[in-house]
Amino acid sequence: MIGAVLQVIMVVGGSPLLLGLMRQVRAKLEGRAGAGIWQPWRDLRKLFGKEAITPRRTSEVFRYAPLVLFATALMVAVVVPFVTTRSAVGPVADLFAVVALLALGTVTLALAGLDTGTAFGGMGASRAVTILALVEPTLLVAILALSVRVGSTNLATIVSSTLDDPGRVISPVTLLAAVALLVVIIAEAGRLPVDNPATHLELTMVHEAMILEYAGTDLALVELASAMRLTVFLGLLATLFVPWGIATAATPAALAVGVAAFAVKVGLLGVLLAAGEVFLAKVRLFRVPELLAGSFLLALLAVSASFFLA
Amino acid sequence: MTVTMVAFGLALGLCLAAVLAAAVSPPERRSLVVGVGTAGSGVAAVVAGVAAMAGSGFSLVLPWVLPLAGVRLALDPLGGLFVAVVGGVAAVAGVYGIGYSGHGLNGRAVQALLPGFVAAMLLVPAADGVGTFLVCWELMAVTSLLLVLAEHRRRSEVGEAGLWYGVMTHLGFVAILVGLLTFAAHAGSDSFAALRSAHLAPALASVVFVATLVGFAAKAGIAPLHAWLPRAHPEAPSHVSALMSAGMVNLGVYGIVRVGADLLGGGSRWWWPLVLLLGAVSAVYGILQAAISSDLKRLLGYSTTENMGLVLIGVGAAGMFAADGNRALAGLALAAALLHVVNHAAFKTLLFTAAGSVLHATGTRDLDALGGLRPGMPVTTALFGMGALAASALPPGAAFVSEWLLLQSLVHGLPPSGVGTAILLPLAVAAIALTAGLSVATFVKAFGVGFLAKPRSEAAARATESPRTMLAGMGLAGLVCVLLAVAPMVVLPGVGAVAGGVTGAADPVVRGAITLELSTVAGSLSPLLLALALLAGVVAAAGAVRAVGARHARRTARLWDCGGGPLTARMEYTATSFAEPLQRVFDNVLEPEDDVDVTHARESAYLVESVEYRRRVPDRIERRLYRPVVAVVAAWGRAGRLLATGSVHRYLGYGFYAVTGVLILLAVTR
Repeated sequence: MIGAVLQVIMVVGGSPLLLGLMRQVRAKLEGRAGAGIWQPWRDLRKLFGKEAITPRRTSEVFRYAPLVLFATALMVAVVVPFVTTRSAVGPVADLFAVVALLALGTVTLALAGLDTGTAFGGMGASRAVTILALVEPTLLVAILALSVRVGSTNLATIVSSTLDDPGRVISPVTLLAAVALLVVIIAEAGRLPVDNPATHLELTMVHEAMILEYAGTDLALVELASAMRLTVFLGLLATLFVPWGIATAATPAALAVGVAAFAVKVGLLGVLLAAGEVFLAKVRLFRVPELLAGSFLLALLAVSASFFLA
Repeated sequence: MTVTMVAFGLALGLCLAAVLAAAVSPPERRSLVVGVGTAGSGVAAVVAGVAAMAGSGFSLVLPWVLPLAGVRLALDPLGGLFVAVVGGVAAVAGVYGIGYSGHGLNGRAVQALLPGFVAAMLLVPAADGVGTFLVCWELMAVTSLLLVLAEHRRRSEVGEAGLWYGVMTHLGFVAILVGLLTFAAHAGSDSFAALRSAHLAPALASVVFVATLVGFAAKAGIAPLHAWLPRAHPEAPSHVSALMSAGMVNLGVYGIVRVGADLLGGGSRWWWPLVLLLGAVSAVYGILQAAISSDLKRLLGYSTTENMGLVLIGVGAAGMFAADGNRALAGLALAAALLHVVNHAAFKTLLFTAAGSVLHATGTRDLDALGGLRPGMPVTTALFGMGALAASALPPGAAFVSEWLLLQSLVHGLPPSGVGTAILLPLAVAAIALTAGLSVATFVKAFGVGFLAKPRSEAAARATESPRTMLAGMGLAGLVCVLLAVAPMVVLPGVGAVAGGVTGAADPVVRGAITLELSTVAGSLSPLLLALALLAGVVAAAGAVRAVGARHARRTARLWDCGGGPLTARMEYTATSFAEPLQRVFDNVLEPEDDVDVTHARESAYLVESVEYRRRVPDRIERRLYRPVVAVVAAWGRAGRLLATGSVHRYLGYGFYAVTGVLILLAVTR
């Protein structure tokens, strides 16, 4: 129980910091001073102090989408063993359910975008849903590759088995699945080269186009939930492929190590991602499927490797 | 007299009573009487089906009803499941039909056919002999064909749809007829019990299986035999669409399981990969067509092809595992497939009835002309939203649970027994995943474009809520959807027992009351707790927002839209534009046809007066596979016409030469 609370605190409190860290790294590499890693928190504080606006003729879908988006991210933060594998909620949801929950978040936001009835809202929704549809096969086949050798899709089981047999991490199966997952996570989290979170240019917007009508506390919730989703995605990658440090016992010391390891791993992944993004430009929307098809091939190779190398 | 027999008899009796009542009752009472009768018969059928699943089946031989073979009826757990599903759909369709029949569907024939169709569907899974089965199957085909044609006076497309359906369903019937009669001839008896104990040569068994597979797959709308489905289902009245799409197609699956796994006992190893491949192709192709379709009911029809494909993936996987001797896993895969049948029936009933409600209120099913239905039709909008969630394999939805079970069975099928399995299973997982992703896109489009946003036509803007009986029918289906989504354990033990009985798995497939645990392999999921956690998360977030940032109340204002002027509905994204990226991604598969006509001004070719752009996305399988066949048949028809010129001398000549030819033939062969 304490582990789940810790994970929620880490994800909710730490995700804006991760965003700030990534922006700061990017700024430094581009020769700018940057706003500091606390800037996302300052933005959130400001937005939480402002009134939310409901545009006329929008329905409950628009009104409640930020709450559902936030709730899905929160649930994933509870369920995935980021800090500890000893969790009471382990049997409730497995890797498939986690993926589906994250997809549910995207879907609610897409519906909210459509609900506004603006051209931008529909455009963003259409693009986000297209990417979601193409990401799904890679995601599930990569999960298949990871779970075949363990014989379970339960996250805690996968993590424990890697901890018991560290040699598995450098097997071709794991490496191929890791690269495949990395690509789809970049696509799902809306990072370069699939979507540029810093742009409001109509030709390229995906995520930003759906949330244009949100203001005040609603916008704050959406921004926080998006940051949490990024953290959760990177955390998932770290948990599945570099599980060291995750507490397997419920002692305070192990939990402290787990918290520290989670922060370091996700922070490091964030820095690497931000540094990589400096060298990338956004690809055209219609080149994204090629990227995703490539990652699907890698995932399929991972599954076949798990059979032929077994 | 068991409870099953009484309930089943009651269900059939009520159907018969409704048929008679439709013929004699006055027009203003007719739809009410028929609706109540059909709904009551549906409830009785659910009771009979559940009782049969619980193990109290019956078996009945009535030699005096039909000449030669007589009628053999029996209800075992497998048949009981399908009777219960058909009964559930019929109960909803009956209630819904009372209000829906108000406009133009109150004719004596249409009203009498509806309970007749239900009775035929209830009889198919209860048939216990080849003759009985074929008669019931044909009765079901004919009644449904006539119901599809109910509105043929109003729309010209109905006739074409009926023609496609009539031809294809009868070609399928011929295939089943050939398969089952061959089987019965070699078994030496008409009853299913005799077929079960007959030992067929492997080659002959394969012929029987493939012939029946063709017929049953055509009924289930499996690609490439699906061409009738997206035509006939949209053109039928909506409660009939629900009965066909949620009830009748399942009987194709029933036929495959009954003949392949039960009567032929599993048969050759290569049958089941074939079934799995057919399922995977249908699932992906069906949902892809649904994703780009902008006709609401056509979209739902293609989604039926998709879902039946998913079911066949489960059935095929179950057969493969059983052939490998892994009976426990086979039971799991079949349980997943059968649970998906139940779930699909629930959400497809809801979606088709809600679509009918929209059609009733606006007169159109074109998504590009809908939108903005939330203010006028709040209940229909909410119910369609629930159905869309259930259909799109997201938690907390019903299809999520069955697809999760299906994926679990495939995951545990690896490490596989052979190279073929090693290639097939990951591809099946990928197909399911792509299907899940595209179904999300499809239903976001159907709900988001069709119901939310601003109305795109006058009719949509003026839409008002449907009559109360229609809402009651939809509400009933919605309730079942929610129940299946959060508490699948209500039906799973029964479904698992049916699957275990067919595959020979000894243990129950799943256990647990709140957390669903797989008993033979590792894996657990708790749909109820997931739904509750989601609710708790939403409430917690709302509370936190109120606590942190409640300095100002929420305010209603004009749409910002980047500061631009007020937008008209023409500037919104439509269903077509929403699906455009997907259509472009799958360009090679879909092969859309673009047509650009540029009219130049008279003064100069450099000045353009108007540009006309048209895009059609025809069903590619239909174009490639059916058009040539239809063309050949048409050519034969034209050639045949040359023989008949109208000259009596010529016809007498034909007769003379034919008789002479026969006599010569007899003289030579004797």
